[in-house]
Amino acid sequence: MKRVLTYYLRPYYLRMCLGFVIKFGGTIMDLCLPWILAHMIDVVIPKNSKKMIFAWGVLMVICAILAWTGNVIANRMASKVARDTTEHVRHDLFSKITYLSNQSTDAFTKPSLISRLTSDTYNLHQMLGRVQRLGVRAPILLIGGILITLTLDPVLTLILVSVLPFIVIVMTTTSRRGIPMYARLQEALDQFVRLVREDIAGIRVIKALSKTDYERERFGKINEEVVKIEKKAGMTMAIVNPSMNFFLNIGLVLVIIAGAYRVNSGLSEVGKILAFMTYFTIILNAMMSISKMFVIISKAVASADRIVAVLDAHDERDLEIMESKAREEEQKQSMIAFDHVSFSYNHVENNLTDISFSIKKGETLGIIGETGSGKSTIVSLLLRFYDATEGTILINGKPIQSLPVEELRKHFGVVFQNDALFEDTITENVRLGRDLTEDQIRQAILYAQAKEFVEDENRGYYDKLNIKGANLSGGQKQRILIARALAAHPDILILDDSSSALDYRTDASLRKELREHFKNTTTVIIAQRISSIMHADHILVLEDGAMIGYGTHEELLLSCPVYQEIGRSQMGIDTEAS
Amino acid sequence: MANVAQNLVGNSKQKTYEKPKNRKGTMIRLGKYMMRYIWLLLLALALTIGSNMFSLIGPTLSGYAIDAIEPGAGLVEFDRVFYYAGLMVIFYVISSILSYALSILMIHISRKVVFRMRKDVFDKLLSLPVGYFDTHQTGDIISRISYDIDTINASLSNDLVQILATIITVIGAFSMMVVISPKLVLVFVFTVPLSICMTKLITSRTRPLFRLRSRKLGELNGFVEEMISGQKTLKAYHQEENTIAKFDIKNEEAVESYYRAEYFGSVTGPTVNFINNLSLSLISVFGALLYLAGSMTIGDISSFVLYSRKFSGPINEFANIISEFQSALAAAERVFLLLDELPEPLDARDAKELTHVEGNVRIENVSFGYVEGNPIIKNLNLNADKGKLVAIVGPTGAGKTTLINLLMRFYDVGDGHIYVDNEEISQVTRRSLRKSYAMVLQDTWLFEGSIFDNIAYGRAGATMEEVVAAAKAAKIHSFIKRLPKGYDTILSDDGTNISKGQKQLMTIARAMLLESPMLILDEATSNVDTRTEIQIQQAMRRLMEHKTCFVIAHRLSTIQNADIILVVNHGEIVEQGTHEELMKQKGFYHQLYRAQFE
Repeated sequence: MKRVLTYYLRPYYLRMCLGFVIKFGGTIMDLCLPWILAHMIDVVIPKNSKKMIFAWGVLMVICAILAWTGNVIANRMASKVARDTTEHVRHDLFSKITYLSNQSTDAFTKPSLISRLTSDTYNLHQMLGRVQRLGVRAPILLIGGILITLTLDPVLTLILVSVLPFIVIVMTTTSRRGIPMYARLQEALDQFVRLVREDIAGIRVIKALSKTDYERERFGKINEEVVKIEKKAGMTMAIVNPSMNFFLNIGLVLVIIAGAYRVNSGLSEVGKILAFMTYFTIILNAMMSISKMFVIISKAVASADRIVAVLDAHDERDLEIMESKAREEEQKQSMIAFDHVSFSYNHVENNLTDISFSIKKGETLGIIGETGSGKSTIVSLLLRFYDATEGTILINGKPIQSLPVEELRKHFGVVFQNDALFEDTITENVRLGRDLTEDQIRQAILYAQAKEFVEDENRGYYDKLNIKGANLSGGQKQRILIARALAAHPDILILDDSSSALDYRTDASLRKELREHFKNTTTVIIAQRISSIMHADHILVLEDGAMIGYGTHEELLLSCPVYQEIGRSQMGIDTEAS
Repeated sequence: MANVAQNLVGNSKQKTYEKPKNRKGTMIRLGKYMMRYIWLLLLALALTIGSNMFSLIGPTLSGYAIDAIEPGAGLVEFDRVFYYAGLMVIFYVISSILSYALSILMIHISRKVVFRMRKDVFDKLLSLPVGYFDTHQTGDIISRISYDIDTINASLSNDLVQILATIITVIGAFSMMVVISPKLVLVFVFTVPLSICMTKLITSRTRPLFRLRSRKLGELNGFVEEMISGQKTLKAYHQEENTIAKFDIKNEEAVESYYRAEYFGSVTGPTVNFINNLSLSLISVFGALLYLAGSMTIGDISSFVLYSRKFSGPINEFANIISEFQSALAAAERVFLLLDELPEPLDARDAKELTHVEGNVRIENVSFGYVEGNPIIKNLNLNADKGKLVAIVGPTGAGKTTLINLLMRFYDVGDGHIYVDNEEISQVTRRSLRKSYAMVLQDTWLFEGSIFDNIAYGRAGATMEEVVAAAKAAKIHSFIKRLPKGYDTILSDDGTNISKGQKQLMTIARAMLLESPMLILDEATSNVDTRTEIQIQQAMRRLMEHKTCFVIAHRLSTIQNADIILVVNHGEIVEQGTHEELMKQKGFYHQLYRAQFE
């Protein structure tokens, strides 16, 4: 919260001050009215002059107009500050999230990041606007009211002020209890986001298994939990308003009693007590709007803490760039090299152990291995989504840590397993914001064997895809993704199981295109089908994160039992069929 | 298999962006949610009246006390002062207690309403046709179920009390003022209509702005959800800066629309305040004149002013509430729009429950297209008897998944009929139809929960032994065993420790637990390595035993022993027969088959 106040609001301090001054002026005008009224009762009326009464009446109207103008201008300025601050906070938060390291993303979880970016920044926005609008006015009314009553009768004012400490105590204790509740509430809302995302993603399965009732129940539980926390927080906060009212009114009663004594002993006048009452109502109203803001502030404090937690997280821009040229000479001719690399996600059990290989520019590496053997992890390390626990990964002879992350990734064209398509045109999905010409995109679509269906009678390059590419079949999606990877003619092409939904014919034509048009591209293909990788220059066989075979197809058929088995199962069919 | 449901969702999408004008309708529907708790609401009203009555009496009492002080030095009637002061304390205590009770009650009611509303929205989501989610961003839906409902809720819990209180206070204060000085009340004949007019004017200006604000926030959420979901891809293609630039546009739109709404909305407060000040000025002038004319005492003027403050305070509050209330209405409109989406058509009224399904599936002259004029399936005929294995092969995009969509009734056929055991599937309940299939899809779906729960998902009350047996058959048991927490390991949607192939094996294990007479495998093992696939083949065969199976596969090896192989291309069956027959034909299938080994 502090950070928001100091860092994000700082550029607007001046504007806020100006708004404050304008609001102050307007509020003073508001406060003048009862003072004029008191003056009329005590001074003007006894003079018995209608003219004077009208004159003072006109003055009141002028004050009212000034109050209106001041308040409207100040309110608008406040909204502007709230808008700009929120925009800035959101921008920073989103930037941070885009650069967030995978480790941090895993730790926060995506649903939580989404809700921090939306509902938490919204809470902050609401608070900033409200507090400036009401928060300036209320304390001014409060302090101004007290100051004016001081000039009327200091003793009575002190009596009234004596109840304020009680109010402060109530407010601080409630907020101390309330803020953690709102933090918990936001966490519960993350669960909400998670479940809705999850169920939308799995709607087909849920319906197929007739599990809608079960999902309703799951949702019901979270819903109940959220409502419970909301209720508890609401009930805690609800104490503030009535107790504030109570204390202030008690103060008023004390004032009347004390006033009675003072009037009796000739120290005060009835008119003053009357005016006092009017100011008291103003003070009371001010306190009421403070208590209303109170909930919003507590909520915003909880949200601001959640936002700051993300802003402080580790981010890829913080990755250190290592100085290293030592190995450049000897490794110059190899494009990608792994040198005794080991890695573990949870730092307990190794997911990859002692991986070493080296491929030259233009060569192809095939990776094959059981489900869960660590194939995709190699890709993650290569793109530096995670850093290897041990060993070195070299690209063009340089350790990847010595390249800025962006520089590093510019070498790559990647298709992940389960890769993302966006709700945008086919062309834009291939381009993905890069500086590519129309021709490059069409070429890539052609190479990726997607031309036929893109140019289908019902479709075109500028047709919009549905969310996650839902209006494409599995194989069509994969081909658009491959086109995306090919479009920029990358130095290194990575296809992580990205032809699994392609039929064999399309797969074979794709490989042919790659051979013909991407000769200088170093390719890493991860696949289940031996036919997809058997022509690769090197094949890496993985089992449980360890290399159990490395060589060409022919070599491995001789030396690697696991590869033999895979080969037999897939090629065996070949002999049978022919 | 492409072009999902534009005919269905296309319409509804239009509807979403059509600006709803029916404010009264929205209010009535919101009212209906509240009316469920009519008794609690009446209680709240009673409390409001009580609490306000007590605090209204306050100024009168203080007026009496001041009258007792008025005689001046040495003449103050202390008995009366103390008497009234004592009464004031009592009244204020009661008033505070009542107002706290009221808050609690209102929180209680509003939570109930919100709970109900969220539940309704979620239930609705589950009843929508699957295609809805292909054209509606998850983030926007989340925005409706969280932000929009929260906005409604904030308004209901705070504002409703406030509005009730305002009405009561205003009526109360007004009648008190009439008692004190009917003439002076005439001031309000001028100012009250003025405030009503101003408020109306401002709200009619701001209404569309609040609507825009809700929508823009929804769009922002939609964008954020989509981008965060694709974070890895964006990073790999170093699109961070471009994405941030796109986000900035959405962000700017969202905050700007918020600002616009507030720019006009925040005028209401000062305006109403202005009118109040105006009436105070008028009261002062006329009060003074009346005093001069001898028809009012100073004490009267004092009480009158206090009441007029009482009168204006809540009206002021009310003005602030109005903008909140407007954003609540705008939010409610979005929620109701979602609730008004057409669900999957109801089951036929006399729909039967499919029980004891044998598993004879017959497809007769079926044609279907998601978009009119673009048929994906043309005049399809097929007989799959009990226990038969039907394989569907063909190039991608040929309509294979669409056929599954029709069998499961995610979509209804355009022309023709599908029968299960001689029952037309449109004449049976969807639930019982879907229950008679087990399905493993290419897109694995696991939810955040333990591995045990995920595998047992399709069969409530499955025991650990059954789950372990299924996992063993799917060759995923040893992997699970190696995890530190075994079957209690919590899976998260982006879990990095579990590969896609492993997820697929878990969904296969899930299907193994089902006892359905029919089975659909849509590329069920596409991400599983062939070695594992062979290892689980035996289990798969057992899974398929005595079941009518529909299998979509690219690896033709998996379907060689199918009873019928359908070769689809461009929505039509081009060849049909067993593996041997089709190989002999040397047609399309033969080509596909040969391509595997090229």
